[in-house]
Amino acid sequence: MKIFNRIDFTRHPVIATVLVFVAVGTVMLISAGSGEFPLSPSKVLAALFGYGEEFDRIILIDFRLPRIMMALFVGMALAVSGAILQGITKNPLASPDLIGVTAGASFAVVLFLTVFSDENNALIVSIQWLPLFAFLGATLTALIVFALSWKNGIAPFRLLLIGIAVAAFMQAGTTIWILMGPIYQASQATIWTTGSIYGANWSQVSVLMPWALLLIIISLLLRRQMNILELGDDIATGVGSMVQRNRMILLLISTGLTGVAVAFAGGIGFVGLLAPHIARRIVGPKFQSMVLFSAGVGALLVLIADWIARVAFAPIEVPAGVWTAAVGAPYFIFLLMTQRKKGGA
Amino acid sequence: MLHTNSKRGWGIAIGMTAILFLMGASLVYGYTDTTWRDAYLSFSNPSGSNEHLIIRDVRFPRSLIAAFVGACLGVSGAIMQSITRNPLSSPSILGVNAGASFFVVVGVVFLSVQSLQSYMWLSFAGASFAFLLVFLLSSAGREGLTPLKLTLAGSAITALFASFTQGLLVLNETALDQVLFWLAGSVANRPLDLLVSALPYMAIALTATFLRAKELNVLSIGDDVAVGLGQRTIWIKFFFGAGAVILAGCAVAVAGPIGFVGIIIPHLIRSLVGLDHRWILPYSAMGGAALLLLADIGGRYVLMPQELPVGVMTALIGVPFFIFVARRKLGI
Repeated sequence: MKIFNRIDFTRHPVIATVLVFVAVGTVMLISAGSGEFPLSPSKVLAALFGYGEEFDRIILIDFRLPRIMMALFVGMALAVSGAILQGITKNPLASPDLIGVTAGASFAVVLFLTVFSDENNALIVSIQWLPLFAFLGATLTALIVFALSWKNGIAPFRLLLIGIAVAAFMQAGTTIWILMGPIYQASQATIWTTGSIYGANWSQVSVLMPWALLLIIISLLLRRQMNILELGDDIATGVGSMVQRNRMILLLISTGLTGVAVAFAGGIGFVGLLAPHIARRIVGPKFQSMVLFSAGVGALLVLIADWIARVAFAPIEVPAGVWTAAVGAPYFIFLLMTQRKKGGA
Repeated sequence: MLHTNSKRGWGIAIGMTAILFLMGASLVYGYTDTTWRDAYLSFSNPSGSNEHLIIRDVRFPRSLIAAFVGACLGVSGAIMQSITRNPLSSPSILGVNAGASFFVVVGVVFLSVQSLQSYMWLSFAGASFAFLLVFLLSSAGREGLTPLKLTLAGSAITALFASFTQGLLVLNETALDQVLFWLAGSVANRPLDLLVSALPYMAIALTATFLRAKELNVLSIGDDVAVGLGQRTIWIKFFFGAGAVILAGCAVAVAGPIGFVGIIIPHLIRSLVGLDHRWILPYSAMGGAALLLLADIGGRYVLMPQELPVGVMTALIGVPFFIFVARRKLGI
């Protein structure tokens, strides 16, 4: 940890970003190698490039890799979404969970579990439809929040307050459904809202990956608009930025990213809140370096969380959502306590 | 908006009357049909009939608990928003609810705790522990205790406790079944003893914070100015932080975690009485009490004969109203 204090990464954001993605790669390798049938990193690499034993390849490519890819993109998506939202609202408490996107997805999922179950608690439609429902729930809720906070444009603070209110409303709805249903569904729903990437498969990854990458790239292309927005509405308008239009586009990107992430991984919390803070404390507030670094930190958080979820209590799965905070919060607190410079937020 | 002190004084009188009326209504309305006359008779001339028993032993504790818990949450939220200087703060942000829930779930899972009384002590211990942790962590380091660090440390600790709680509940379905209703927050079926054992702490914290509310006005100008005016900001922050946590801790100990009241009431109150904490605190107490009483009464009717937990109902009632005010009045 000493090295993090000695090198000022705010001046070398590229090095920091490279380092964090090297760490991401390492964790991916370790995670791919561990489980009920441990594989050495060299075997993992061999299997990846089509060599190695047939058995290794099946374990790796059919079972472990989809999960790891899922964790990677879910973590990046949530972190970037949080970074955009915190930038737009200029509030350190803002996160995609806070303004109701996750709560809306949870509500849709609980609705799905109760409406499409028969009296024996068996689902009458395929579980494959669940992500679609979650995404619809997340998007609809985001649109409701935007519509309610629109009044000659969206003021960030009004957006946050109304988002919190709508989130509370959705949570209330979820609790009502859970209380009315049988305990089995309550437990199913709790697992979903905690967030887990158990049972990820390639078809899910092939939906998530292009979406997440596309939205992250667009947000990077909009870095100038984002940096200007962070200066405040007056200055942004003064330098000729179309404040409301840019803000709306960035908000849509942010909620879209959370939407696809929660659709597949459930309510994995704290990544969107913690990753941008960690990034800002290490590489500084400039949007492009911050967002990339956040993406790395987010991926790292979810990858480690999912790895622990898979390995620590095997054969029982403790949902990854439990571990993101367990991994991220202590490190974040450490950063908070040892920070020497002022600012950053 | 109430501009003059005499108007604000009258506002207090009207508010207290409204709360008394709501407490009365809480005795009268519900699944068992009773009248205001029954409510009066059950205290002046109890006959031991079913209706009288329900009013005295079930609804009376409930209305008192709703009023006090609501008041605590409102004041606690107002203080938290002021010391963290973040309008999104609420008792749950500094880890209070998360700490309390975690201790209760640990008690249920590992110590097979079952009685509401022990839930109460566990959750109070959890709330205080979480707050002390947040306070120590955020005052460490060279910058000292800034509102931002307090907020961030609070949300990190909240995240940590909440995730442990969720983990335990996922692993243990029986515990989930047992505490799910507690975790949703409710003022129903709580014996009066619970409130009685928490009441002294509530009373002390309410009085102490009301009496020194002026210091919050100084603090909210900014740390630098407050120091310049001779305020020892760290002690003031600890004093009000502890006060807010005792209030929120008592509330969660008696009724379980009830969100949302602490976050919206201060906003509504500030749009009514302005920025002077000597008025904000008492008005927040009244606002919280009124919202919780209303939510509790409403919760009896939505799914009759089943009852909705009051935590759910505060959101259902509070949200539309709050969105209306946020769009119309908050000047944002």
